[in-house]
Amino acid sequence: MTTPDLATPAVELRDISKYFGTVVALEHVSIAAHYGEVHCLLGDNGAGKSTLIKIISGVFPPDRGEYVFEGNPVRFSSPRDALDRGIATVYQDLAMIPLMSISRNFFLGSEPTKGWGPFKRFDLEFADRVTREELGKMGINVRDTQQSVGTLSGGERQSVAIARAVYNGAKVLILDEPTAALGVKEAGVVLRYIAQARARGIAVIFITHNVHHAYPIGDRFTILNRGTSYGTFLKTDVTREQVVEMMAGGQELEELGHELEEFARVDGLAAEMKAGQAIAAEGRAHLPK
Amino acid sequence: MSVSSTATAPAVEHSPTPLLKRLLLKPEMGAIAGAVVVWIIFAILAGDRGFLSARGTANYLEVSAELGILAIAVALLMIGGEFDLSVGSTIGACGMIIAILSAEYGWNYWMAVVAALVVAVLIGVVNGIVVDKTGLPSFIVTLAMLFMIRGATIGVTREITGRTQVGGLKELSGFESAQKVFASDIHLFGTNWAISIVWWLVLTLVATWILLRTKFGNWIPGVGGGLQAARNLGVPTTRVKVTLFVCTAVAAWLVATIQVTSFGGADVLRGTYREFYAIVAVVIGGTLLTGGYGSALGAALGALIFGMVQQGIIFAGIDADWFQFVLGGMLLAAVLINRFVRSRAVLVR
Repeated sequence: MTTPDLATPAVELRDISKYFGTVVALEHVSIAAHYGEVHCLLGDNGAGKSTLIKIISGVFPPDRGEYVFEGNPVRFSSPRDALDRGIATVYQDLAMIPLMSISRNFFLGSEPTKGWGPFKRFDLEFADRVTREELGKMGINVRDTQQSVGTLSGGERQSVAIARAVYNGAKVLILDEPTAALGVKEAGVVLRYIAQARARGIAVIFITHNVHHAYPIGDRFTILNRGTSYGTFLKTDVTREQVVEMMAGGQELEELGHELEEFARVDGLAAEMKAGQAIAAEGRAHLPK
Repeated sequence: MSVSSTATAPAVEHSPTPLLKRLLLKPEMGAIAGAVVVWIIFAILAGDRGFLSARGTANYLEVSAELGILAIAVALLMIGGEFDLSVGSTIGACGMIIAILSAEYGWNYWMAVVAALVVAVLIGVVNGIVVDKTGLPSFIVTLAMLFMIRGATIGVTREITGRTQVGGLKELSGFESAQKVFASDIHLFGTNWAISIVWWLVLTLVATWILLRTKFGNWIPGVGGGLQAARNLGVPTTRVKVTLFVCTAVAAWLVATIQVTSFGGADVLRGTYREFYAIVAVVIGGTLLTGGYGSALGAALGALIFGMVQQGIIFAGIDADWFQFVLGGMLLAAVLINRFVRSRAVLVR
């Protein structure tokens, strides 16, 4: 990897809009991801996060606005174009084939070969060795790289997918809800790998709707709500609570708070009534027959 | 869980899964065991009636070979996540093209064989592109092709010849040299072994090598196990699928050529039910119906079992009507055993 110019964002979208028929998926959204930083893209379901990452990863171009890569405007016509520039996406389905081995998965689509002509073959020894080394660098130790991916836990699979993207030369790493389906501990493991990727100078775009995963690791936060952006905030400028509030739309969250209080009050009443009934039952039991 | 998932946990020593365990988890393990069991059963039932003789062996191996050639290609396709029900009809069509072009139109026999190959490749390309571009299940697309190809074969043949069978190819130019390649016998151990057995063995080796040792072979289970995933990783999924459909059609062509050259004639109904027998062999061989996992060697062994049962029943003096019953029973047993083995494969740590 060439030493990137740190002042220039790795990837920048300027005033992007995207429409699907009459549906406005994104309107006037801007985002800039820098090398060596974790940029969290936050938003509730349907906020436009998926549309935005599909634009960044080259699945489709924006209808309006500019896509700038390392300071130069670009237009991608396929994910391959983005991948060639080192913009890699780890999707939620992880692009892993459960019944294939770890090393075969690791090199799927970019298999190393040796030999020539009709005897050109998939260099399995190299694949096994590199897979073990790369996973080791991320702090993952697998007993046997020939075991099937189906034997790994969700967090391990996520980590293998990240390690694979990093090995394949990712300079910009887009992670689509990597912690969504994970338990607390497993999510922590994945967050650690994200930190490691950042330490290697990679620009990480971390998509999530979980502030508790995003806040500890993020350097910048862009908050989307119904296709528009609330803007980008540095971690130093914003608190966790403010982020939560913006994500859900402050008004709604306040209402929700009231509703929850109401539930709590009703629950309390119910509990009191229950306790009263129990006492009454107790009393009846002790009545002389 | 023996796999360490955190950086702080003590590093686990690199220790490959024990060899025996790894062997047991190979997809074709069930088929190897099945072949041995079936062989022992018929050795007991029909050992004294010629099943064990070189001639008996050559007899069932020829049956196995003709199905095996087809099953190996079908296995690769099924690992790639698709079915091809049109292979049986393609056998009929290719056989008729060879017979009509050489007998009715006076083409050199080899030219007719090549023309049939071109048609087979076209059928494969059409199957592949229609399945890939429409996203329809290949089961339906190739089922439609099954009927269309068979119908067209019967229609065109009757239009041109007025019959449904064409014979008398043995006198034609080029037939004799074709016979050497497709329908000769190799004399060994006091009996004649069909050359189709050699085709079968060679294709098994080639397919196994492709599947396990090449880049393309890594793409096949990739495409079959997760199409979108493979596409995202830069695997040319359309090319993989179309190539696999072409392989099955070409395997059908090879079977057709072997049959027509052996019999010196063709029948429009040749290859009927072959698509199902091929799937049976592939599934007995441990390949997953849903794609992403399987083995070409397993399919070859599935075909071996098929041949042993079909001919073994005759050797044993059992009414051949029972063959289909036994076949269906074995298919069911194979699916259950393979499912059990596979659940172990995923659970092993």
